Amino acid sequence: MKVVIDWLASCGGCDVSILDLGVKILDIIKEFEILYWPVALDFKKEDLKALESVDIAIVNGAVRTSEQEEQLKLIRDKTDVLIAYGSCACFGGIPGLGNQFSSEDILKRAYVETPSTTEGKIPQVVTKMNGFELTLPKFLDEVKALDDVVDVDYYVPGCPPSTSTIEEMVDLMLKLKKGERPEKRVLASDKSLCYDCPRFKSLVRPPTINRPHEIVADQERCFLEQGIICLGFVTRGGCGARCIKANMPCRGCYGKVPNAVDFGTEAITAIAMAGTGEDYLPPMRITEAIDKIKDVVGLVYQFSLPKSKLGDLK
Amino acid sequence: MRKISIDPNTRLEGHGKVEIILDDDGNVKDAYFQVVEFRGFEKFCEGRHVEELPRITPKICGVCPGAHHMASTKACDAVYEVEPTETAKKLREIFYNAHVIHSHMLHFYALSLPDLLLMSANAKERNIFGLLNVLGREVVAEAIECRGYAQKIQEILAGHPIYPVFGLPGGVSKPLEEEDRKKIEEMAKKLVEFGKKGLEIFENHVLKNEEVLELIKEKDVYYQETNYLGMVDENGCVNFYDGILKAIDPEGNVICTFEAKDYLEHIAEHVEPWSYVKFPYLKQIGWKGLVEGKDSGIYRVNALARLNVADGMATPLANEAYKAMFDFFGKKPVHNILAYNWARLIEILYGAERILELVQDEEVTGKDVRNVPKKKPSEGVGVVEAPRGVLIHHYVTNSHGVVESVNLIVATVQNNPAINLSIKKVAQRLIKNGKVDGKILNMIEMAVRAYDPCLACASHALPGKMPLVVDVYWNGELYKRIVRN
Repeated sequence: MKVVIDWLASCGGCDVSILDLGVKILDIIKEFEILYWPVALDFKKEDLKALESVDIAIVNGAVRTSEQEEQLKLIRDKTDVLIAYGSCACFGGIPGLGNQFSSEDILKRAYVETPSTTEGKIPQVVTKMNGFELTLPKFLDEVKALDDVVDVDYYVPGCPPSTSTIEEMVDLMLKLKKGERPEKRVLASDKSLCYDCPRFKSLVRPPTINRPHEIVADQERCFLEQGIICLGFVTRGGCGARCIKANMPCRGCYGKVPNAVDFGTEAITAIAMAGTGEDYLPPMRITEAIDKIKDVVGLVYQFSLPKSKLGDLK
Repeated sequence: MRKISIDPNTRLEGHGKVEIILDDDGNVKDAYFQVVEFRGFEKFCEGRHVEELPRITPKICGVCPGAHHMASTKACDAVYEVEPTETAKKLREIFYNAHVIHSHMLHFYALSLPDLLLMSANAKERNIFGLLNVLGREVVAEAIECRGYAQKIQEILAGHPIYPVFGLPGGVSKPLEEEDRKKIEEMAKKLVEFGKKGLEIFENHVLKNEEVLELIKEKDVYYQETNYLGMVDENGCVNFYDGILKAIDPEGNVICTFEAKDYLEHIAEHVEPWSYVKFPYLKQIGWKGLVEGKDSGIYRVNALARLNVADGMATPLANEAYKAMFDFFGKKPVHNILAYNWARLIEILYGAERILELVQDEEVTGKDVRNVPKKKPSEGVGVVEAPRGVLIHHYVTNSHGVVESVNLIVATVQNNPAINLSIKKVAQRLIKNGKVDGKILNMIEMAVRAYDPCLACASHALPGKMPLVVDVYWNGELYKRIVRN
């Protein structure tokens, strides 16, 4: 079973999450032939190109540069089963927030406008030096998830995927090795994170919305009931509620539950609806409460803006 | 002359590359270390609720998410002008020392030690598994286990080692329970023991190897006289979590000391159009191009720089090790690039001793872990010593705590000019009259790897392995491409 692991626009945390399996990883390596994994092994791009076929490719990171787009197509062409690993590969991830801005503005901010920069200039795809050229890959106009560029067979969400999610992926890979071909799916719960949440709910509505730093959150009670926006209700379970256990609300790194059409619209509609009904907020108070959210996009699309159905938000 | 044709679309490999330019006689005219990726965090952090940035900016780098989380949290403290409670400060510092230990251990045992101990071995064996034969299975297993402890401590405190979330302006989200405190104490004791062992390994294996010893001491290739920048506590000792920034010149004279909030008066960044990574320098001296020495504004950060600017370590065992290192070189600052590895081991021991000290403090299980911000948010700067050097987050917000602008001075970026210098130096020593020696790749990699550069951080892009490809140009054409075999 020939396996390649690659990264595109990523932080490397996905690779570290695999390494953090510790000794278990040695058992996994025994079952598969890993032919390319830039973070851990000394194979080169030439080796990848030379491969006639690949059984499984695990790709993390989103697509942000021309080089990454080409690399992804190269892998897809050779690969039987492509696994999108991590929130960036599945939904664009945090770097996907870049889709609120034009690529020119993003470059200009970093290389010209930042206050520490002197004589700023934008890095160029080709820089003519004295008698030779230095080249860089092009920074694309938008961040794309893998399936915006090629077909994806399985999705392993999470920023990074939890150990249990990774174990599910390994089980899938072992099935593939036996010749089985399970249907295409997301390797996480089909239910919302609320089903895994250890907190109690008293069905009391909060009088207002609180940002996480504004109050000291009770560790036992549902965040929403304390007025803190927690996106567990629209997010797939599978992470083990790790942020919630650290007393911080969910931000949706596992992506939307299957029955939601769009993560952000579903989330914000539900938050507004929570204020309706006779025991709840009168309508004028709803808008007051919602007005405390000054960054709807960054809150409800923190990990999935490239997958938003709202269209171009620039 | 030989010309190798390469399809331009596929010329780039990895996320960093090296280009070497020869003059007419085939000697090195110039050398460039390019970083080829970029994601643009400064821009897309704009418009966000500022308290979300400690959750967003760790995604700059999956190898040092803890450093960005902590610099970001401290910047949020400053934005709201709120001091964390004493308990919160201690919990943050425990988390943060564990973070540095994880990163240093990953670098030393998985990347650097194979270079140092298996220099003459086959490239296939030059990895952590090859170390089994030299050090024995027990030590290697212990290294993996202890790095696991460092990750576990971060998980207990912050939720997840790769996705820490506990930092909020004014403190942390959750107190430490006694049961967990005991677990951290036990792990810290083991880390102290393994910290000592690391220095023994360095003394008994690395320093006893004459070939390596020579490279550590020589002043021709792995040696650069530059300024240094690092953070020190009120006693002048190394501290990763908090302190004052101090810059020294190559002779050890203090150039300036400053608080993080005043960084713009002391640090600036030059841009070159051929790299996605900038070139920071000390403003007081100015950007004089890619040159070393006292008159150049180029400075270095990371472990050796921290030890060079400090007067010692704040914990007893680490301080002994600190003195031993400077005694060995017989002078301070030490400019030998490979001494970065030694400095990292001293910092692992310091971090472990510091965690043990803090976790045995009664206050650490206190329930008062948050001061809720009361003031209007405006502007703030947060600084920590990331494993790879000084890391600064600077945020400006409106009165609702919505981010208007972000500036990031990232650890690896500050070593970018020095890495460029090192590459040129190695290339000049090894390439004469167009004769390109295959050894150059390893020699360059060793120099670059000593800085433990994190290209993810650097371009707010990707943690790279070292450049996998060296391209040599002669008469305007690609003359030779050297890759690892």
